[in-house]
Amino acid sequence: MSDEIILKIENLTKRFGGVTAVDQISFDLRQGEFLGLIGPNGSGKTTLINLITGFVKPTAGKITYRDQEITGKAPYTIACLGISRSFQMVRTFHKLPAFKNLIVPLYSPRVKKFGGGKYGERDDIAIDLLDDLGFERDSFVPYKVAGSLPHGYLKRLDLARCIALRPDLLILDELFSGMAMSEVAATLPMIEKFNREGLTIIMAEHRLKELFRVASRVIVLNFGQKIADGPPKEAMGKEEVQKAYLGTEVEG
Amino acid sequence: MEEAVRYRRERIDRGIKARSDTIYTLASSRDMLYLLFPRVLPIVALFCLPLLMGGSYWGKVIFYSCIFALLALSWDFMASVGLVSLGQALFFGAGSYVAGGFNHYLKWPMLLTIPAATLGGALICTILLVPVVRLRGVYFSMVTLILPLLFAHLIETLEILGGTHGLLSLTPFPNHWLAVYIAVIAVVIVLFGFRRLINEDFGLVLRGIKDDDRVVMAGGINIYWYKAQAIFISAAVGSFAGALMTHYYQFVGRSAFALDYTILPLAGAVVGGPGSFAGATLGSFILVPLSEALRALGGLRMALYGIILIAALAVLPEGIFHYIERKYHQFERVVKI
Ligand SMILES: Nc1ncnc2c1ncn2[C@@H]1O[C@H](COP(=O)(O)OP(=O)(O)O)[C@@H](O)[C@H]1O
Ligand SMILES: [Mg+2]
Repeated sequence: MSDEIILKIENLTKRFGGVTAVDQISFDLRQGEFLGLIGPNGSGKTTLINLITGFVKPTAGKITYRDQEITGKAPYTIACLGISRSFQMVRTFHKLPAFKNLIVPLYSPRVKKFGGGKYGERDDIAIDLLDDLGFERDSFVPYKVAGSLPHGYLKRLDLARCIALRPDLLILDELFSGMAMSEVAATLPMIEKFNREGLTIIMAEHRLKELFRVASRVIVLNFGQKIADGPPKEAMGKEEVQKAYLGTEVEG
Repeated sequence: MEEAVRYRRERIDRGIKARSDTIYTLASSRDMLYLLFPRVLPIVALFCLPLLMGGSYWGKVIFYSCIFALLALSWDFMASVGLVSLGQALFFGAGSYVAGGFNHYLKWPMLLTIPAATLGGALICTILLVPVVRLRGVYFSMVTLILPLLFAHLIETLEILGGTHGLLSLTPFPNHWLAVYIAVIAVVIVLFGFRRLINEDFGLVLRGIKDDDRVVMAGGINIYWYKAQAIFISAAVGSFAGALMTHYYQFVGRSAFALDYTILPLAGAVVGGPGSFAGATLGSFILVPLSEALRALGGLRMALYGIILIAALAVLPEGIFHYIERKYHQFERVVKI
């Protein structure tokens, strides 16, 4: 982890009518950090991710990515700067073969800048990427129509789609929800490896036990507000956090 | 009691193993033929039809069918990015008037007016539609529906570009054959070109925008830029059709923006089966001759035409082409349960 600040959030607020989904949130994220984002359902995790990635425009506040203000910029502009995000609800192109799902990010200006290859070459890159994420190249899995794959594979396909963009900051929105234990166990080391190789990661997650194995820091949200920020043990020990999770199941 | 024997129809895919659209394992020349036949047949049919019909009335109908097929293809291309257009008449009219205008006022020959109309018309339409490309669904459709009507109205009230009389005595095609074969070749090129383009990476991006534009944006792709490109390509095809028709009629008037050029291609694409381009072409080659054949019925024509359209959609909601395609790739057999 370096001292360079990759993402700076200042007083970020989003109101939907009467609901304040994200309320005056501020934090800094350093290059190479692995941040867990937790909180009960409806606490504003997805909205915060949507704000950072430009899918939702903030009511107030400022987002800075590597010295560049990105508040209110278009999602594709932000993606091309190197922020890649997954979706809580699986979103894949169901009618396309799994590996063709990766063509979209591989076709982006960001990947082209890295010399992303031509028609056909992109197919090979896509299959290599999927192979790394457990879609065995020699099975028929990468070639199957995405809609026919089990949920766990679709979640990993979404992860592959994020990685295909060659991000500097990866934001995962409940990647593990709906995944089988064995799939989580297989995916976790891959994410850990990306982080070790220098990728900064924000991971919104309900499976706390798994999250705390990889995240060095967590931010806890409740009703849109940041109620804790620090190493997992410390943050979870806070009285406010215990209260927020009261009645909801705390794993780990 | 004797047990009733029950039967069930089973559908089996004909066996050409395809890992993806691009990788085939060809086992024999029979497989080759199996793949080639559906590609060669429409080309042969398109080239032979004008010969069979000659310069007769039905020869002209072939030409009109090509024009409407081009418009239907142009509709289908926009639809494959998720842009539902109700304004193919805008593309058609823009191309018609650019060709007519250059020919009438500047005396440009056809060799220049047609390319100029294709590019100029496409540019005009793209500039007009780009500001509304962010509108979703029906709102975008409404704008495309209104624009051609607006143009027809402007030409009439401002008396520009010939006003209600239109631009007359434009350069004709040297003969019917040249016109009809330019149209036929254009249909073949656009049909196979679009089918190919939509399966390349560029086309995958376009189809992705239709399926889920949020995923495409998350993939770093400016969806509005790609929608604009799709509109340009689509408008170029529509404008080209307009330019051909202008020189064929040797006339361009407000009718170039008429609703016919929106409705008939749309009906052709939907009846033929949208999303395949082949369906749009096939549909146009069925509906245009049909609507001509019904002309003899006078007032009843539109009513009967409407009934046939509805019947076609009720019987084959997937579209004629998708039905044929399915039947070609599968065979059925009856099995005992
Ligand atoms: N598009 C929206 N329109 C209105 N309210 C929304 C919208 N998105 C989220 N919300 C509200 O914002 C709050 C936070 O939701 P969300 O960010 O999805 O929480 P989480 O991801 O932590 O479960 C919830 O009360 C939710 O109902
Ligand atoms: Mg959420």
